[in-house]
Amino acid sequence: MAVPSFLARERIVARPGFNRWLIPPAALAVHLCIGQAYATSVYKSALVEHFDASLTAIGIIFSIAIVMLGVSAALFGTWVDRNGPRAAMFTSAVFWVSGFLVGGLGIETGQLWLLYFGYGVLGGIGLGIGYISPVSTLIKWFPDRPGLATGMAIMGFGGGALIASPLSRQLMNYYDPTYDGTAGTVPNGEAVAALFFTLAAVYLVFMMFGAFIVRVPANDWRPDGFDPSSVKKKALVTTENVSANNAIKTPQFWLLWTVLFCNVTAGIGILEQAAPMIQDFFRNGETSTVAAATAAGFVGLLSLFNMAGRFVWSSTSDFIGRKPIYMVYLGVGMVLYVILATLGSTATWIFVLTAAIIISFYGGGFATVPAYLRDLFGTYQVGAIHGRLLTAWAAAGVAGPLIVNGVLDTQGTPGQLVAANYRPALFIMVGLLAVGFVANLLIRPVAAKWFEPQATSPATARANPERSAAR
Amino acid sequence: MSHPTTDDRKPMHTPVGLIAFAWTLVGVPLAYGLYNTAKAATALFGG
Repeated sequence: MAVPSFLARERIVARPGFNRWLIPPAALAVHLCIGQAYATSVYKSALVEHFDASLTAIGIIFSIAIVMLGVSAALFGTWVDRNGPRAAMFTSAVFWVSGFLVGGLGIETGQLWLLYFGYGVLGGIGLGIGYISPVSTLIKWFPDRPGLATGMAIMGFGGGALIASPLSRQLMNYYDPTYDGTAGTVPNGEAVAALFFTLAAVYLVFMMFGAFIVRVPANDWRPDGFDPSSVKKKALVTTENVSANNAIKTPQFWLLWTVLFCNVTAGIGILEQAAPMIQDFFRNGETSTVAAATAAGFVGLLSLFNMAGRFVWSSTSDFIGRKPIYMVYLGVGMVLYVILATLGSTATWIFVLTAAIIISFYGGGFATVPAYLRDLFGTYQVGAIHGRLLTAWAAAGVAGPLIVNGVLDTQGTPGQLVAANYRPALFIMVGLLAVGFVANLLIRPVAAKWFEPQATSPATARANPERSAAR
Repeated sequence: MSHPTTDDRKPMHTPVGLIAFAWTLVGVPLAYGLYNTAKAATALFGG
């Protein structure tokens, strides 16, 4: 599918002298907006009341969006790689903003299906395309520090929720002064609809700004002082290229899919239950020694560690390597889960510290995976391969809550659970991390039969996208 | 279509002001989010 000329990749090839430090804010401008997806709980109660619907019926909106994220990232990844980051960011902005507008219209007119279609389907497509849009560009601009570069962008996705939560509360308070953001008060539907329209306008400006400042490097561009031959010296790092169609035929792709799935499932296990979990771990009879406000503070702390982990651990992987850092995420993660299950209820600081580090590994897993893919498959279609790998996220988004909620359902009634009731779920997570650890250990360099022919430059390959599909 | 190489075209340096503006544009909202989240997290340590 052709794109208008002002969006075309050829129009945004940077001239010599372009400063690559303009690319991370372009990527952040998109990721900070689409990260709003993790702040939907702010208006969940308002939507339940407005539509007179169940929590499940409203929760489905988020689930549709995440499933559409995985599907669209997988389906449009090759299109994103072929047409470049400006076309992808522009398209993502159109879908994401349309999602808010159609969703807001659904709230305004009391039609829940419009909210499903708007925020869930249209917004979800914007999420998927937007999430992968800057990844391969960043990797190409920062061949010397791909972990740092993708860590910055994917940190933005975590940061988006940190911005959207307080901003949404303040805006809903502005549109409905009876709502003050405290427990017990709920904004009316009109205020949520107005919030959707406002966010649409703000996100349109930010994402278009990102789309119009982003550039791709010329084929022979290298950062000053960077020697590509130094990359060859590292085990597991290739200077060859593998197409997306061929990548999914390799065991390395599916091993990494398993690694991501296990790491994300384990992290979601805590994130999903964070607030009730800390209260249950320190429950004494009917009451918990941890107040609701403190539990909310714990959720905030986890968000900070989730975001920081994306940047810190992904940047660290540039120095210690991708495989070793995943050994840390999964291996140390197993130990931390065991500590959480056995000693977590003995002191609040032990609980908080172990959970916070686990969540930093969860974020780190997301942020490091594009660089791991670059190492294994090269830069040629890394965006498309990343898009296909994100189906692991969608699957983990279903599996993680299912495991935790399923186990807790067999253990007792919410509000009466104690630390011991969480142990089976936590030990399942240890098992999952062990599976991921083994999968990571099994990752070896990709076989040469999958490499693109040497004479083909990435640009030529882009012009012949179907060439490698027949292999 | 092949991309031009870096030798093909006239150099054009990115204005420092544009880089500063771009980082400010994303940095200010991020700082706002971090501040609010850190404020909420203090409840954890304040009892």
